[in-house]
Parts: sequence; structure tokens; C-alpha cells
Amino acid sequence: MKSLYDFIQKFGPLFKKGGKLEKLYPIYEMGEGFLFVLPLRTKIGAHIRDAIDMKRFMITVYVALVPAFIFGIFNAGYQHFLSLGISVTILQIILKGALVVIPIYLIVLVTGGIWEVLFAVFRKHEINEGFLITSFLIPLIVPPTIPWWQLVAATTFGIVIGKEIFGGVGMNIFNPALVARAFLFFAFPKAMSGNSVWTVFGEKVVDTYTSATPLAVISDTISSSGGIIEALADKGYTLWNMFLGIIPGSIGETSTLMILLGLFILLLTKTASWRIVLSVFVGGYAMSTLLNQFAPDPTHIFALPAHYHFVMGGFAFGAVFMATDPVSSCSTNKGKYVYGFLIGVLAILVRTLNPAYPEGMMLAILLMNTFSPLIDHFVVQANKKRRLKYASQ
Amino acid sequence: MKVIKLHRGYDIKLTGETVRTIEQAQFPPKIAFKPTDFIGLKPRLLIVTGDEVKVGTPLAYDKNNDRIKIISHVSGKVSEIIRGERRVIEAIVVETNGIQTGEHLNFDLKNLNKESVIKALLDSGLFLNFVQRPFNKIANPADTPRDIFISAMDTAPLAAEDSFILKSNENSFQKGIDVLTQLTSGKVRLSFKYEDKAFTEFNNCELYNFTGPHPAGNVGVQIHHIAPIKNANDIVWSCSVQAVILIGKLFETGKINQDILVKVAGTAAEKRYYFKTKTGAEVSSFLGKNEENSRIISGNVLTGQKIEADGFIGFKDNLITVIPEATEPEFLGWLNPGFSKRSWWKTFVSAIITPKKVFKADTNIGGGNRSLVINSIYEEVVPMRILPSYLIKSILAEDIEEMEALGIYEVAEEDFALCEYICPSKTEFQQIIRQGLNLMEKEG
Repeated sequence: MKSLYDFIQKFGPLFKKGGKLEKLYPIYEMGEGFLFVLPLRTKIGAHIRDAIDMKRFMITVYVALVPAFIFGIFNAGYQHFLSLGISVTILQIILKGALVVIPIYLIVLVTGGIWEVLFAVFRKHEINEGFLITSFLIPLIVPPTIPWWQLVAATTFGIVIGKEIFGGVGMNIFNPALVARAFLFFAFPKAMSGNSVWTVFGEKVVDTYTSATPLAVISDTISSSGGIIEALADKGYTLWNMFLGIIPGSIGETSTLMILLGLFILLLTKTASWRIVLSVFVGGYAMSTLLNQFAPDPTHIFALPAHYHFVMGGFAFGAVFMATDPVSSCSTNKGKYVYGFLIGVLAILVRTLNPAYPEGMMLAILLMNTFSPLIDHFVVQANKKRRLKYASQ
Repeated sequence: MKVIKLHRGYDIKLTGETVRTIEQAQFPPKIAFKPTDFIGLKPRLLIVTGDEVKVGTPLAYDKNNDRIKIISHVSGKVSEIIRGERRVIEAIVVETNGIQTGEHLNFDLKNLNKESVIKALLDSGLFLNFVQRPFNKIANPADTPRDIFISAMDTAPLAAEDSFILKSNENSFQKGIDVLTQLTSGKVRLSFKYEDKAFTEFNNCELYNFTGPHPAGNVGVQIHHIAPIKNANDIVWSCSVQAVILIGKLFETGKINQDILVKVAGTAAEKRYYFKTKTGAEVSSFLGKNEENSRIISGNVLTGQKIEADGFIGFKDNLITVIPEATEPEFLGWLNPGFSKRSWWKTFVSAIITPKKVFKADTNIGGGNRSLVINSIYEEVVPMRILPSYLIKSILAEDIEEMEALGIYEVAEEDFALCEYICPSKTEFQQIIRQGLNLMEKEG
């Protein structure tokens, strides 16, 4: 490997200050950093440093997303063959799923990568590894049937408007992946809602196949016969099915199990804030339990228990992977409790009170992204006040 | 005795610990006085190269305050004045002659009062041991500090043990404390580790116990929890255990005595003992042959100064750490599960399966510089009611009022060394804090 390292180093002067390709330095830095952890020595400040860097941090988050991604591939294939009513081998399922999901991922990755590199070159900063996560998140929160050109538009919007116009990573207000999804949701509502977008259908659909998502089922208050849980079960949506994720939905959002696996990785490695995740679920639990008390009849959407909310739609995915985005969430530990709690409350509120927007989680997080600086502001003010108090003694 | 329990912080566990034995180092052939050891001191030379100096000869004074002088504690000849960029004086080197002849100094040791104590400390050069907060700089002899704080628990990696330094110097230490009480309108406040019994018996001072990981031993953290600094005019001083002993000795004997104990640690050091030597000694007089390609640090790995093999130990330092420099690139390092990575984070396998493992330190920075992204983690290693990322950002924005409100008076560079250590964006926290303190002092 030493020879490869020396070989790369030979090109260094070409890209560094004064070199012919100085402008492309971010690309060189990315490639060099991809291949090697450089033996760069500390110059000022602490002589020893932690082995962590942004690359490692982001890779860890990436790894946490892999279970949901792999399951997403499986489920896209599984739902396809289920709607056709054909039973096939697992290999065929995965092959079909991969044909659906991998192109979506590659399109997002390439689109996002181009923007990131462009901005890095023009702004003369290093390429931030954050785009790896954004471009991994976007495919997981879109329906498998998403038209590719819309995907390119949404990724561009998410990265440019959601992140770069604020000055790049660390300065954005909103989670760029969610901005991309919100863009899709409002610009191309037909591709993002209704019953037909969540499954890649074949030539025919068997009668037994339910294409409506659980969130659509519960919004449809006409259905009656027992309670709302029975209404869901009628359509095949048992708690267990939804927990496992073998239901139609956005590519990576369906399986709560896989998301929990990701959460385990995030918390074990300290790469996500447990404060946020915990308080999102607490907020969601509190709000849905409160609504339960006001349910006019057992089939009403208000009657849905909290644990059903948690396994439906994007609640779990949003709590674990979106709300915890270190940039757009609160920057104070105390603020995180409030931030998470309100996301949980709002997500359930939007979901239940406004069936026109079944995906309350996305809107709740985006809204709280807007408010997180305000929450931080109060925490910071409290910190200052406390100091003023003893300073004036 | 008040017990203060701190939870936030982090102990970096490093190999290269020292054997707890004392070796007598040779009389240092050269001793350097580095004005850069004293933040805020602008030196004006009183000697030129070639001058003979004695114990007690002033070598330089502070342009801002001519009562503050750098005093030689050896006799010999000024062999060199080392200048750095823009001719800043980096070191005044004295070649010792082995014989210690003194200037005729008359210290008034009988009447302990503020004036006599300050005069004795200034004339002996020991005054330079005091560090003032706010601003973490040299103290001003005209001030009467609200309190004087002594931390007898250095929690930094591989730090010298204060109880070991204290051993058989207890009387001098008590004498030193008695002297210090003359300088403050308040109290002398001594903090030490909960389990450390060496410091429990001292009088004339308030005793505090601290528990918790680094930086619980930082005097700034202790001040924050005992009696926080209120504003720019709320002045407190601090000094080390070694300095209190030296002050005590001065008042016991009437002689300038800068014999100190220096710990040598770090995997790249050949002889890892405590050495008896003198303040400012040339490190080659007691360091053995170090490994090739190693870095010598006067002080600890977080806050110390890099020195060369022919360099000198810092005025206030009791520790020389020698660690290997980073040399080898690591292929596809980000893919490495990391079975032997030293990290506060848990993204490496070693941090999860062997959290107690002791690691070899090298100077690898570990990654590229990035924007500050993960803002809330720094709170986890600063056991004060300070919001590190907000303070840092207010400094970068040069927002004086905000810096003041967020507590800049209470902090020093060293209190943020761990933030710098754990930062995945490799932000230079200590340097930013220094900028903030300088700006605050100038504009505030």
C-alpha cells in the first residue's frame, strides 16, 4: 500500500496551492482521504486527537441505515410479486427489488455528488461527507415508483435550496433529505400520495392485494366493524406485519424492526442523540394517548393506540434518522428534549387531525427544524440569566 | 470539607506511565527563561548576550508593568537570546557555571504582610507562578485577588501526581499557604482528589474534594464550582502545588531555590522517572535517548508546548511527555472496524469492547478539517455551566457582549482541550478561546 500512497502523493503538488489543478483540490482531498487516513500531525493545540473524523462519523450513520436499505430492496420486490399474486423464490424477490431500488439510489447519489463537488470547488472547501448520508436518506423516504426525473429535481432542490444556499453543511436550517421529500410531496403530489404509488405493480393486480397504506386505511373513517385496529387487520395490517415492514410504503420506512436495528447502532456508537429519539417517542405516546380519550367512536382515527402509530408510516424512521440530524436539530442537550417531544406531538396531530397530509412526521420535523434555533435560544438565555444572577450578587 | 462530584468529562488513558521513583538529574548545563510561558508578559531585556548573571539577577522586565521581572535562579553567563518571528524573544538561555552565587537580596521574612510578601515574590521571580482569572494571564502585583485557588489534582493524561511532589515538602507547602493568605482578601482554596489523603491536614486554607474525570482537576473548573468569576474585575489567582512549595521554601530559607520535580512520561521516552532538576532546565540534561521521530512536549499532551530535543522545560511545568510522531498512512482507514483506536466516540470496535483499554498516543490528527456540525457533544466534556459551541461561535463572530454573557471570564484554553480532542471536525478550540480572551481584554 505504501507504493499506492507514494503514487497518490506524487500528484499532491498539482492540486495544492500554486498547482495547475488547484481549483480541483477538494476532489483530490476526497480521493486521498477515501483511500488513506493520512499521517497528518497536530500543529497547534492538543498534541493528540481522537481517532474520529467526519468521515468515520458519517460512515457509522451510513451503516446504521443499511438494514433499512436492504429490507427496502426486499420489500419492493416482495410487494411487487405479492400484487401479482405469484409466489417466487427469495432470490427473484431481491433481484426485482434491487432493480427498483438501486437505480433510485444511484440517481440520487450522482445528482447529490455533482452538486456537492460543484459547491466545494467553487466555495473552495473540502467535500463534506454529509452528502453521503443525505443521498442515502432520500431513496429511503420515497415511494418505489418515483419517476427518475422527479428524483433528480428533488435531490437538486434538497441539496441546493435545503443546504447549499445557507452556506453548506453545518449551516442549513432544514434537513436536506426532508426538504427533498417535501418538494416531491408538494410539487408532484400524484407521485407521492394515493394508493397506487407505494408498490411497483406488474401487468395485473390480484384482488386480494391491498395497495392502500395503513395511514390511508385509518384516515378512511367510513370503514367500520369493530374498532380501528380491526379495520386495519381487515386489510392485513396487523401490528406484527407493520413492525416487520412487509407492507407497501416508502422504500426504507416500512420496517420498524430494521429501523430499531439502525437505532441500536446509532446509540451504541453515540452518533445520534438518545435525548431526541426518546423524547420523540414520549411526545408521540403522550399525544396519541391523549387523543384516545377524545375518540368519538372506536373506529375513529383518534382511537388508534400509540404503538400502532409508532410502526406506521414514517414515524419510527423520522424519529431515528431524521429528527436526530445534528445540524438541523437543537444544538443544546436541554433543547433536544423539547425539540423531540414536540416532533412526536406534532406528528401525531398532523396525522390525525388533517388526513390530507397522512405523513405528519415529515411536516412535524420540518416545522421543528424551523423552531430549533428558538428552543436553543431559550436554553442559551437561561444559561446567561443564571450567570447574570451570580454576577450581580 | 466540601465534596463536589463532577460527572461530565473524559479521562484519556495512555500508555507510557512513569515509575514512581525519583532520580537526581545532573545540574543543568543550560537553563532557559521563556517569556512566552507567561501570557500577557511583554519582555524588555535587562541583559545582553555574554553578561554574567547570578542567582537573583533580573533578566527582563514586563513592558506593561515594570515591577514584574524575570529573575535568574542560577549563576552563569547569558549564552543566547533566542528570537522567533518578528524578533519576539522566545528564550533567554543562561549557561550555568555549576557554582551558585547569589545577588545580595534581603527578603523581609519576619513581617508577613502584603507588601513584604509581594516584594519578596517579585524579587525572587516566584511571582510569575501566579495566573490570573479572568483572561488566564500573568497576575498583576497591584491587585488583591478575591481568592487564591490551588488545584492539587492534575487530571490531565499522564500528569505528575501532586501528592508525589508534595512528599517530604509538607512543611514548605504549609508555609507557602500561610504566605499566600497575605495576598488575598478572601481565602486560599485548595482542591484535591477525594481519595487523596496527602492534603487533608493543611491549615489556613479551605479544603475541597473533587471527584470525576478530567478536567475536574483544572483550576478553572474548580473555581466555577466553588466561587465562580463574576465579571472582568472579579480577579482570582491560581498557582500550582509546586509553586506553593517553592514559595514556602523561599520564606523558610530566604534563598531562591528553584529545585523542582519533573515527571517524564510517554511511550517514546527512554527513562520514565521523576527527576529532580531546576525550573527551565535543558531537557537533554535528564531525558535519555528518545525514540526516533518523537515529539517532546513540555506539559501534558492536551495543553503542553512542543519543544525540541535541545529545548527547555516550561516555567510552570512539572511534566515532560514524549510521544511518537504520526508516520504511517492507513489504507482505507474509514472501513477499519478499529480494534485499536483511541476514541471518546464509540464508532470504533475497541471503544465498545475494550472501553478501559490503555492506548499508545501519537500525534496523528486523525482526519480533515470540517465545519462544526455536531454541536451538542462538547457539553459532555465540559463540566461547567457553559455552552461550549455557543461560546466558540460568539468568539468567531467577535460578539463581545455575547462572549461575556456566555461566560468567557470563567474559562481558559485548557478547559476546552477535551473539546478539541473529541471534535470530529478537528476544530482548534484552544486557539479560538485564546483569541476570545485576547479580544475580550482589549475591547471589554
